[in-house]
Amino acid sequence: MKDMRSEAGSWTWFMLAGIVVFVLLGLHMLIIHMDGILGIFNPAGGSALSWDNVIARSHSGFFAVTYIILLAAVLYHGFYGLRTIIFELGLKKVNQRRWTVTLWIVGIVLFIVGTYAAIAVQSVKVV
Amino acid sequence: MKEQEKRRDIIYYISRFDPERDEGPHVEEYIVHVVPGMTVLDGLHQIKHEQDATLAWRFSCRMGVCGSCAMLVNGKPMLTCNTQILDVSDTALTLAPLPNFEVIRDLVADLNSLFDRHVAVEPYIQRDDKEEMDTPTGQCFQSPHELETFLQFTYCIKCGCCMAACPGVATDREFLGPMALAQAYRYNKDSRDDGQENRNKAVTSPHGVFSCHYAGECSNVCPKGVDPARAIQLMKKELVLGYLKLKPKKKPAKVVGPPMGETKPKVEAPAYTVEQ
Amino acid sequence: MIKEIKRYDSHLGITGWIGGGRWGLERYLYSLHRVTGLGILLFFMIHIFESSIRILGMESWDMVMGIMENPIFKIGEALVIIGFVFHAINGIRLILIELGFAVGKAEEPVYPYKSSINVQRPLAVIMLVICVLLIAAGGYDLLVLGH
Repeated sequence: MKDMRSEAGSWTWFMLAGIVVFVLLGLHMLIIHMDGILGIFNPAGGSALSWDNVIARSHSGFFAVTYIILLAAVLYHGFYGLRTIIFELGLKKVNQRRWTVTLWIVGIVLFIVGTYAAIAVQSVKVV
Repeated sequence: MKEQEKRRDIIYYISRFDPERDEGPHVEEYIVHVVPGMTVLDGLHQIKHEQDATLAWRFSCRMGVCGSCAMLVNGKPMLTCNTQILDVSDTALTLAPLPNFEVIRDLVADLNSLFDRHVAVEPYIQRDDKEEMDTPTGQCFQSPHELETFLQFTYCIKCGCCMAACPGVATDREFLGPMALAQAYRYNKDSRDDGQENRNKAVTSPHGVFSCHYAGECSNVCPKGVDPARAIQLMKKELVLGYLKLKPKKKPAKVVGPPMGETKPKVEAPAYTVEQ
Repeated sequence: MIKEIKRYDSHLGITGWIGGGRWGLERYLYSLHRVTGLGILLFFMIHIFESSIRILGMESWDMVMGIMENPIFKIGEALVIIGFVFHAINGIRLILIELGFAVGKAEEPVYPYKSSINVQRPLAVIMLVICVLLIAAGGYDLLVLGH
């Protein structure tokens, strides 16, 4: 038992990431799925998923930054939850370490993919 | 007569398992003649005395303070001595040993995993001042307010009902379980105790308190109202505040009271009577 | 000399996540929270790549959006909305509970026992009502307004 590190820190970040996700993903859902009722952040009007709206948001600095923050928070929160569920299915000690490392690597790779997209889209022309 | 009307026959479906003969449990039926006021435990005694002397189960105090007679009654873990038959059902009762443990025989579950988890959280008062602990010179001060913060969790009788109901214990063999975690909180919160750091090594492991996700079954089935779910959530709050360095450091309890005057010599503990 | 006694393992396993004791409301919320969490994670794995298509320009984006008009994806979208709303609202409830705000103080147990479950039950009900309202709003937007 002595070599087990405290989970208190990781769990606190998990909760904080959850709150960040609640706010930012909630905003994202309102933009995308309440576009008929609320119509926020859709400068071209109509569907939130039309190219004009998408490119307008992508070029906005505010959205680029918040998407990257949201991506990091969702990946951390989601993979920590997945790790919790996997651990509860019963794993040997050495496999627990391996799973943690694997999930970190997958998470970081996906983060790089998403961040690259958020930055690369800045140079995409509108038409 | 009114008394005659109230007598009825109830079927007990009991899970039987003989390790020397069976591969797994099977169900056997018994008819029990029930009078109002009979507990499930009384029914089991009737079966053993009148019908089948090979039936095995645990019981002791028959008044709800020892925790021996916990088993699954119609799908819910409860103490059989504390439960009236007619409160559960007036047609049939299904008895099974507590799930999430190994079954030794019939309705007897192997509670060693329960005790191992309990031992892992070091459930005793630890004080920094070793000399004071071994040769006390006074009493520890504890106000009624300090007592109230953990008194509820001292009522645990270690019956195992909460462990049987917990979905975490069902899958994770290393999870400490509601009983051990509630007892860890009980000692952490006790104003006389300084042993949080030692205890928290087991409690904050990946299979400790943070594996609880508030299904709440433990508090629903606890026969003594201990509410382990509450203890666990309160402990998480303490741990998070500790990590964020927002918690004031716990002051050790003062030693007060009149000096003990003539102290009696310390008595050596007797030798173990059971092989270690 | 004690003969090795054969034991029968009665651990419930994954079925213990669904039943196994007493079927309270919080038990179902716990199981649903896990299911929705896993569902959203799975969706998100695909969503990162699908939404990154926008770096290839308007034609690629419109092509992908055309594929998304398929009814199967529309059902998926509805499931994601329901899943996210439940997971988020229940998550807020869990944050309040797991940080010790909605469980009440330790008190002397008096029969019939009232536990922290009773204390947080109004919170759970309010949360479910909010869930239903938000899902209705999202459903209205998806089905009636056709977005």
